[in-house]
Amino acid sequence: MARKLPSADVVLVGFGWTGAILGQELTDAGLQVVAIERGSWRDTPTDFAVTFAQDELRYYWRRALFQQPARETLTFRNNATETALPMRRLGSFLPGTGVGGAGIHWNGMTFRFLPSDFIAKSHNTQRYGADAVPADMTIQDWGVTYDELEPYYDKFEYLCGIAGKAGNIKGKIQDGGNPFEGARSRDYPTPPMDMVYGPTLFAAAAKELGHRPFPGPSANMSRAYTNPLGVQLAPCTYCGFCEKYGCGNYSKASAQTTILPVLLRKDNFELRTESEVTKINLDSSGKRAVSVTYVDAQGQEYEQPAELIILCAYQLHNVRLMLLSGIGMPYDSASGVGVVGKNYGYQITSSVDVFFDDKFINPFIGAGSLGMVVDEFNGDNFDHTGLGFIGGGYIAGWNTNGRPIETHRTPQGTPRWGAKWKRAVAENYLKSFSISTHGAVMSHRTNALDLDPTYRDILGRPLMRMTFDFTDNEHRMSDYLTDRAAEIAKAMQPREMKVTKRTGSYSIVPYQTTHNTGGAIMGTDPKSSAINRYLQSWDVPNVFVMGSTAFPQNPGYNPTGTVGALAYWAADAIKTQYMKNPGPLVQA
Amino acid sequence: MHKHYVIAAAVVLAGGFGSLALAKETSFETVQKGKYLTQAADCVACHTVENGKPFAGGRAIETPFGTIYSANITPDRETGIGAWSDDEFYRAMHQGIGPDGTRLYPAFPYPYFTKMTREDVLAVRAYLNTIPAVNNRRPDPKLTWPLGYRALMRGWNWVFFQEGTFKQNSEKSAEWNRGAYLVEGPGHCGACHTPKNTLGGDKRSNALEGNQIQHWFAPKLDNDRQNGLGTWSVDEIAEYLKTGRNRHSGATGLMGEVVANSTSKLDDADLHAIAVYLKDVTAVTPEKAIQPEQAQMDAGKAIFADSCAACHQSDGKGVPHMFPPLAANANAQSSDPTSVMRVILEGARTVATDARPTPSSMPAYGWKLSDAEIAAVATYVRNSWGNAANAVTPAQVKSLRGALHATTQ
Amino acid sequence: MAPHNISRRNILSAGLAVGSASALAHLPSDAKTIAGEMPWAPGVANAPQSVTPGGYQFLSTNEAAFIDAAISRLIPEDELGPGAREAGVTTFIDRQLAGSFGAAETWYMQGPWGGGSKSQGYQTRLTPAQLYRAAIKAIDEHCHATFSGKSFAELQPEQQDQILTGLEKGEIKLKGAEAVTFFETFLQNTIEGFFSDPIYGGNREMVGWKLIGFPGARYDYRPYVAKHGEKLNLPPVGIKGRAEWTPRS
Repeated sequence: MARKLPSADVVLVGFGWTGAILGQELTDAGLQVVAIERGSWRDTPTDFAVTFAQDELRYYWRRALFQQPARETLTFRNNATETALPMRRLGSFLPGTGVGGAGIHWNGMTFRFLPSDFIAKSHNTQRYGADAVPADMTIQDWGVTYDELEPYYDKFEYLCGIAGKAGNIKGKIQDGGNPFEGARSRDYPTPPMDMVYGPTLFAAAAKELGHRPFPGPSANMSRAYTNPLGVQLAPCTYCGFCEKYGCGNYSKASAQTTILPVLLRKDNFELRTESEVTKINLDSSGKRAVSVTYVDAQGQEYEQPAELIILCAYQLHNVRLMLLSGIGMPYDSASGVGVVGKNYGYQITSSVDVFFDDKFINPFIGAGSLGMVVDEFNGDNFDHTGLGFIGGGYIAGWNTNGRPIETHRTPQGTPRWGAKWKRAVAENYLKSFSISTHGAVMSHRTNALDLDPTYRDILGRPLMRMTFDFTDNEHRMSDYLTDRAAEIAKAMQPREMKVTKRTGSYSIVPYQTTHNTGGAIMGTDPKSSAINRYLQSWDVPNVFVMGSTAFPQNPGYNPTGTVGALAYWAADAIKTQYMKNPGPLVQA
Repeated sequence: MHKHYVIAAAVVLAGGFGSLALAKETSFETVQKGKYLTQAADCVACHTVENGKPFAGGRAIETPFGTIYSANITPDRETGIGAWSDDEFYRAMHQGIGPDGTRLYPAFPYPYFTKMTREDVLAVRAYLNTIPAVNNRRPDPKLTWPLGYRALMRGWNWVFFQEGTFKQNSEKSAEWNRGAYLVEGPGHCGACHTPKNTLGGDKRSNALEGNQIQHWFAPKLDNDRQNGLGTWSVDEIAEYLKTGRNRHSGATGLMGEVVANSTSKLDDADLHAIAVYLKDVTAVTPEKAIQPEQAQMDAGKAIFADSCAACHQSDGKGVPHMFPPLAANANAQSSDPTSVMRVILEGARTVATDARPTPSSMPAYGWKLSDAEIAAVATYVRNSWGNAANAVTPAQVKSLRGALHATTQ
Repeated sequence: MAPHNISRRNILSAGLAVGSASALAHLPSDAKTIAGEMPWAPGVANAPQSVTPGGYQFLSTNEAAFIDAAISRLIPEDELGPGAREAGVTTFIDRQLAGSFGAAETWYMQGPWGGGSKSQGYQTRLTPAQLYRAAIKAIDEHCHATFSGKSFAELQPEQQDQILTGLEKGEIKLKGAEAVTFFETFLQNTIEGFFSDPIYGGNREMVGWKLIGFPGARYDYRPYVAKHGEKLNLPPVGIKGRAEWTPRS
């Protein structure tokens, strides 16, 4: 029997980046906020200290910080002709858990989407004709523009102390920045990180080809920084245990290092950990959420009533919770009817390795977002006429790590074990480098999420089922990007190179990115979107859904910058509009 | 024009029956002043059990002579001080004597509170009358025999206790005098920072020269540039007390609590006054440190580069207001290395205040480094970048490690 | 607004708390409802557990002999330096199989079971411990049958390579285990054992790191960021240190 608790103004389901942002913003507005997080408390000095954070086996290979499939996973299939099977081990993506979520172990690459990304459908149709967007490519315009989000991108960047060089300030293109970016109101809060060798070689080669490389916008601090909340971060020390690991010296932006020191001191905020929300409870009309049910570590069930419920549980869990709670009509890919679960997106990536005889790259001097980026082939920054695809991605020379189990590059044709392998690893470890491509995924009618008919989690609830594959659009686009990356690689004049295109069906096994998007997308029409432009559920107006869940398709950049901006945008709408007049903020 | 607000109603709501014994009205300003002085004296720290009701007493105070439990100073008539008269309260603060003539133990720092004016003491009383009354009888003290006999305190007081209200020094400024009053009176800084003799009395001729307490070393507060406050400006001392940190250091452990409960709540003028007073404390030059052995320095250097530089930087300069610099760090060069060893063993968290909310923390190294390794790196820190202080031995580390494991809450 | 249960801020932090330097000490029991401040206590560190050296906790003598021999082929000792066997990878694998990895504690191990496409990833219902046990037994049986009663450990290096290649390609069928699944897991674990921190039993004396020039568990490379293209010769350090940490009298 669930114990009913006194009501709160706001319940945050999940407590990672968006939970922290919403918690801070809404407590500032005087609301009583309760955050409920499935995982445990985590913080720098106790959980990822400089004394033991450099443990490749434990944190990456044994997945110590990530969500455990034994606790929750999903089932996967490439298409509806297959039976979906459980993702029994993590591979392709590494969802977080615990306070701070994946914000603890992210790289810190903090991009803004292009203005044209927000109107991908109308923009591409206009430029290339209706045929450029085939019927089954279900991309949509977002319903919010880059210009509307610009102040919120700025707010998130200044919260995090992002290190970078602006490319476009109020319309004036700046040397050394990204010339393609949307206009920003001011430069980044801190200057770019000092570059290591590999990215500078990459940038020089890219420049030779006429590209305009710029430093990757980084949430790894280039200097000590105090953010507008008064919270301090320290300079990054290039330890090379950044992405997939917690930062031990307060130099990577996360909820812990930017918001929680201030938020947790407030009287009107409370956090409950090791408590899993199993369901959002609706009233009999199905149009109003009244409470969440959660279960604690001892198995005791609670009902927490609230006026406003915000899903901050990461894209995958947000969608699953909506499906389990009956918020919004579930999507059926055969008929195309319904909204919850549609337009699941991801990222398509590839790489080109370069090998030198004479250049010590020293890959172990790394940081999650340390590198140089070339944006000539992202979005619609180039003419797609005759290419057979839309969208694009960036090409980057990142130097994130030289962790030996993960990163021991060998040239083409090297055996996978034995004396020759050993020699190849020993000779190439210090003197090789990778160029990577990071490409967009356009939504497709059949790439979707729903509930699995067979498999269950430990609480007996159906797992979510993911049906996803790359389409011809993605393969053509990625091959094109890889060819462009290979050109840059060649200009670096290596002894040899190894081009690894992304081929065949999408596989859930090798790590690609943790950029899962869509499933409860935003839009202007409740028939084709689950939430409105303020991330408010069309069906249940006192539920808002944060995260990349909102993306109608996934552009060619890392999502977190936009996730942060949307969270601030939604918080603003709640504070200035919803609180004064609770109810739908957009008339359908 | 003065306004007197009758607060009897508020007092009744607080449930303090004892407060009705007040024969006169108590002004709002007096209560506020009393609250301020209570914060200056940090009464709540000793008189509250962790997670307990404020001022209800019962907290174990560890002394070299055993454990004493703090008194309940809520207005409860039975177990608190609700039935005490103002004179009785003043006598306890001024002379260390309870209502029935019982001698109080100087774990309650009456040797400092004696300096407070009667007016200030009664303001504190007036504030304490407004807090919720809590029925909580404290446990009896557990002192090594024969110290359990309170009568013995008569002798102790006769030798070590100098009763008397603070006397202004006419040769010093008003600000200096205010600082002196706060430090020597309610602030009772010397209770931690002044070394004690074997019977637990202050070594008055070594006032504020540092003292080992509860397995910490409360550092020297004189003006020595090596291991005192010599390199701190007046503003920096005030900043430290108010925000918990400055570019030299961050308050942690017991001092972190003092900042959080007490000094961060004092007004800027008082903090400035305290700083002015402290900057006037004559420097006592430390004894020349013995040159450390090269083997320790070499090992310490390697450990430091691998384990400490990521925050404290290879040049020891740290990140100001975040990771304290170790170069020219007074605390690190204290003659007694207890705090240095403790912080390495257990880690440390700089106190968070509203002004500086980031709880920047050093992780624990006790599981990672052996006694010899901790001794080496501590010695290295104490003797690098211009620092000079005696080496730390593995035996010292081992002893502290054992003491910390044995300490019970 | 209805009031609700927010715990009062701790007036006093754990300044007098015992400093427990044990690896798995936990925060105060109040950790599940957090309000008022960030939780912290001195001496708490979610530090890793080092393996205890010596002997085997999971592997039988025969199994250890197989692994010793097989890893000597996967990463051999040669003129470049020690190989996986010398690095203690058998001990590493043993401790992994004896622990939570071996028991597949974090994986989803509920049925129904069934194979799928390669894209759908591992669907074996065997835990790693079960997989190794079954596969090694089956491999030795195959060797007995193929090589006149010899077990894998008794074969010539070229014959061992032949077996390993056959497993890798799925050409050898094993009874009770999937050859490719076993080989991939085994190869992965061998590389893990060769390059992980020495506290886990492998990479003894940091020989794996020394082979490639990886400086190990460091945290501050700022002095080297600008040294583009230089050979740095940084000696490796593990989580539990390096020889230079010990004062030499």
